[in-house]
Amino acid sequence: MTATALPVSHNDDGPRRIRTLPHPTDRIFRGVSRGVGALVLVLTGAIGLFLAVQLIPVVHHYGFKYFTTQEWDVEGNRVGVAAAIFGSVEVALVALMVAFPLALTTALFITEYAPRRLKPLFVSMVDLMAAVPSIVYGLWGFYILQGQGLNVARWLAEWFSFIPLFKVDSDPHSAPFLKPQFTESAFIAGLVVAMMVIPLACAVMRGVFDQAPAGEREAALALGSTRWGVIQAVVLPFGRGGIIGGTMLGLGRALGETVAVLITLSQIDKINPHVLQNGGVTVSSLIADHFGDANRGVQLEALLAAGFVLFAMTLFVNTIAGIIVTRSRSGATTEI
Amino acid sequence: MTEDATALLYDTPDYPQLVFDRGAHLDAVNISAWFGTNKVLQRVNLSMPPSVVTALIGPSGCGKSTFLRILNRMHERVPSARLGGEVRLNGEDIYAPDKRITDTRRRIGMVFQKPNPFPTMSIAENVVAGLKLNGTKVARDTRAELIEHSLQRAGLWLEVKDRLDTPGGSLSGGQQQRLCIARSLAVSPDVLLMDEPCSALDPASTRRIEQTILDLKDEVTIVIVTHNMQQAARVSQQCAFFLAETGTPGGIVEAGPTDQIFGSPRDPRTADYVLGRFG
Repeated sequence: MTATALPVSHNDDGPRRIRTLPHPTDRIFRGVSRGVGALVLVLTGAIGLFLAVQLIPVVHHYGFKYFTTQEWDVEGNRVGVAAAIFGSVEVALVALMVAFPLALTTALFITEYAPRRLKPLFVSMVDLMAAVPSIVYGLWGFYILQGQGLNVARWLAEWFSFIPLFKVDSDPHSAPFLKPQFTESAFIAGLVVAMMVIPLACAVMRGVFDQAPAGEREAALALGSTRWGVIQAVVLPFGRGGIIGGTMLGLGRALGETVAVLITLSQIDKINPHVLQNGGVTVSSLIADHFGDANRGVQLEALLAAGFVLFAMTLFVNTIAGIIVTRSRSGATTEI
Repeated sequence: MTEDATALLYDTPDYPQLVFDRGAHLDAVNISAWFGTNKVLQRVNLSMPPSVVTALIGPSGCGKSTFLRILNRMHERVPSARLGGEVRLNGEDIYAPDKRITDTRRRIGMVFQKPNPFPTMSIAENVVAGLKLNGTKVARDTRAELIEHSLQRAGLWLEVKDRLDTPGGSLSGGQQQRLCIARSLAVSPDVLLMDEPCSALDPASTRRIEQTILDLKDEVTIVIVTHNMQQAARVSQQCAFFLAETGTPGGIVEAGPTDQIFGSPRDPRTADYVLGRFG
């Protein structure tokens, strides 16, 4: 049989429009899911907008000094978020310095070294850390961790006080119980916040490490690799995005932590670059501290504006983290 | 690289202490294997001598790949996997308590069905990855020699010598597979196991790899699993036909010189399979 060409009409040579009539159930499902998706965006946008609007009367009243003033002196009409922004970043960075190595090694242990049968147990234990209410962490930090953390702080101050960051305005050689300067510092608050960051960062890293391609793992093992070799050659290069992203998500969490910081950091409205030394303030602890006695009007608006600053910082960090995590998962595997 | 240079290379104290003895004798003795309670291999005996390419043929699910993975201790990576019997490398059981698993796997290399170079490493880094992975330090000039030598043995050198620093993932599928072969050769294994190395490749790449196998056969003992009868006939000198009849564990029906398996098989099931009447 010979193939016969269909008659071609040359008049209507052009791209045709392809459309399918959707089934009613498809249409309903699509509508509902789009609606829910849009709702999330609208809610986040509305919160951001609501907070941003509060900036207008605040800047009108206090001027742009609002962003550079350290004090929160409502009566003296000197109100600003500079100390709080600094404190938030300070506490969050301390928390990350502690949480990052612990989360990374925990995630590696769970994915690479833990006996298979014990793996679910370890996973749920780390997840349980995320379920502990932050007020409990705060109390634990204040009554239990602080007593031990003081010794570390004192040691750091003693040996590293040549670094301005670790300087404490007191004599480090007297007994710890005479040293109220070491208590309720950004360092102690950071340690407590680290406990809350670890499970979040660890979960993200573990998720990515688990996805490290089996083919490359086997390739490494078949070359006589040790488990550490597999981690170096396969797991860490593949999981780099997850490590960075998980850490930054943790940073977002640390920036917003309130109750535990309120308990473990004594509130002073002043930029305190000495992490080991008593006193500091974060944006969220500032709001929690002053919300109760704020007048309706510009005082309340000033607190909400501080909330906007925190919202913007967290949104920024989380967005970057999200971009890094999604980007790394695609493209890190071998494709022929 | 000259023969002397090769000798020099393997004489360096930093290099894995191993006599470059042109392949080793690998013997599987009474190998049985289970996944959970499901027995997949029953008392398999096979001798794989040096300078001979052994092909494992048979329909899917007959236990060829399981058998191959037992030969370099990859089988035990599966949580429920168990095995019985011994695998002897030059007479010594690789499953003996005093044998280090990393050492065994280095001496018995493996090339997989799907090419799996390390995507974040360059071509050169891929070749010497095995040394890094098992903690062997290589001097800079030895490293360059080793990279060239390994790529030459894998038949890839001419194609990549000007772009050794580009990522291994940028090569074509066939080149990636030869890169994986070079990577396996760089740790100077005694045995090279190949699990359907050409099944993901086009005919030209397949021919290139078969040529590589024939070039290497006098240097390392090669065992290859293949579904391609013509390939088995082309590259192997010895052949083992695996079969698992419904409900029973797999085993070797017939093993012997490739000419005999393809020319005058003794078992009618072998004849049916090699002549394409089933499988």
